[in-house]
Amino acid sequence: MKDFEIQNHKDTRSGFGAGLSELGKTNENVVALCADLTGSLKMDAFRDENPDRFFQVGIAEANMIGMAAGLTIGGKIPFTGTFANFSTGRVYDQIRQSVAYSNKNVKICASHAGLTLGEDGATHQILEDIGLMKMLPNMTVISPCDYNETKAATIAIAEHDGPVYLRFGRPKVPNFTDPNKKFEIGKADVLREGKDVTIIATGHLVWKAIEASEVLLANGINPEIINIHTIKPLDEKAVLESVNKTKCVVTAEEHMMNGGLGDSIAQLLIRKMPTPLEMVAVDDSFGESGTGEELLSKYNINTANIVEAVERVISRK
Amino acid sequence: MEVKELEKITSQVRRDIVRMVTAVQSGHPGGSLGCTDFLTALYFDVMNVDPAKFTMDGQGEDLFFLSNGHISPVLYSVLAHRGYFEVSELGTFRKLGTRLQGHPSVSKSLPGVRIASGSLGQGLSVAVGAAAAKKLNNDDSIVYTLHGDGELQEGQIWEAAMYAAGNKVDNLIATIDYNHKQIDGDIDEVLPMGDLSKKWQAFGWEVLEMDGHNMTEILATMAKAKEMTGNGKPVVIVMTTIMGKGVDFMMGTHKWHGSPPSNEQEAIALSQLEETLGDY
Repeated sequence: MKDFEIQNHKDTRSGFGAGLSELGKTNENVVALCADLTGSLKMDAFRDENPDRFFQVGIAEANMIGMAAGLTIGGKIPFTGTFANFSTGRVYDQIRQSVAYSNKNVKICASHAGLTLGEDGATHQILEDIGLMKMLPNMTVISPCDYNETKAATIAIAEHDGPVYLRFGRPKVPNFTDPNKKFEIGKADVLREGKDVTIIATGHLVWKAIEASEVLLANGINPEIINIHTIKPLDEKAVLESVNKTKCVVTAEEHMMNGGLGDSIAQLLIRKMPTPLEMVAVDDSFGESGTGEELLSKYNINTANIVEAVERVISRK
Repeated sequence: MEVKELEKITSQVRRDIVRMVTAVQSGHPGGSLGCTDFLTALYFDVMNVDPAKFTMDGQGEDLFFLSNGHISPVLYSVLAHRGYFEVSELGTFRKLGTRLQGHPSVSKSLPGVRIASGSLGQGLSVAVGAAAAKKLNNDDSIVYTLHGDGELQEGQIWEAAMYAAGNKVDNLIATIDYNHKQIDGDIDEVLPMGDLSKKWQAFGWEVLEMDGHNMTEILATMAKAKEMTGNGKPVVIVMTTIMGKGVDFMMGTHKWHGSPPSNEQEAIALSQLEETLGDY
């Protein structure tokens, strides 16, 4: 599809690293902390370019979150970096009290989210992090879909005053969004206009939704595709406008069904516009070792699952 | 400030604590009474602060973080008498809509408080971060903290302790309220912590010890601690205190950790504490 030309294949974490490096040059208040995963988080450029503003905290994530909260008190804008599991579940109470309740300007940046980190298995494959973070008052939750968008999101959150959770991943995936597009927090991105169904996706599953739309178009189904990069605050207006037109919805995400994007969309629709909805998400299960693609298929969140979900939801209209 | 003047304040602060927790029949009087002398010395003599110009950033002035947030009554009373807000506001403690939340909070913008605390073990990390920010800002002020001894059972404290020593965070003075008591009993019964001073030394900190109820000794030790800053090591003071200090029936027992006195007990307590600055 010419609308979505793949520029290259890149990992979203590298988009974070590139964005952070750029912030190092443009915003002297930006500081970064990492818990012994500088290479994995692609924070090496920022570290090398700004040694005084980089804090290697060791394998001590709780201290990292607390230090980040403290750094804001001196006017700094701290970006913490570690895997999504250690960024959220491991330090939930530290985030809750020292960051969210205290409304500190900390940016919690989390890589290796979801199943696609692959072979490391379920200990590292957090599928609950969006839910954990979106439940916290004051917290903004962002889940960009490719390298360009992750880079743009990283730069944008430095300008936002308040706690942010930024979620990205490990594998190289199609990089297709406009590299010059400004990232607007809280604004849904309608990637393709259609009339038969609204597919609402986030993170790596946005590209899968685009792949699914090719199959659907060949089958005579005309889908609208929305990239929800900001899960909280949710762009309710954009979702409702689209659903009002298509009358059915499929959500797609690399996350647990409980607490994820689909859950947010369902809450919105059941209150304001009850509509048939299917969720492509992990159904109350931990992951396991395997390649990212194998896992997406095994846990029913791959392209084919989106196509099937669309067919199901259209039959429910 | 003269020791006699400071002791006048401590008597009033202790009265405030007893009255605050009795009024709402909740709160933590024991540790509050035990840390009254220290916090009074800190805010009225040791720290360089300007209550009238309180800002979240606190640039150019010393900072204090109460990590054991449950002793909020003593913090609130000291802050009020120091001029951060009206003393009369102490009467709102723990009541609906108050800025004086059960545990310190920034959600209602109470001057003097820069971070929430209550869930234990987090304040040292926050202080290390704030101290790092001061260095980046070329601000040579000092960051102070207070922790409960039982709080040291939280692992995050030792993460922060390792970081601070390993990274020469030497604009930081932590204090431990060593009253040997926690909610369930004596710390040696609940979870023995061994030799606290040696533990901190082993983690690479400069360690001082002091009697937390001898004002002369507090001032001298804090002055010494200040002199020790800027030399590549963080400083910790292991401060021996008596939980419930100042009220005879509350002293030395964990039973008053989180229990308020009855009205009759309040009257007895207040009879032991001179009203020096006027009750709120």
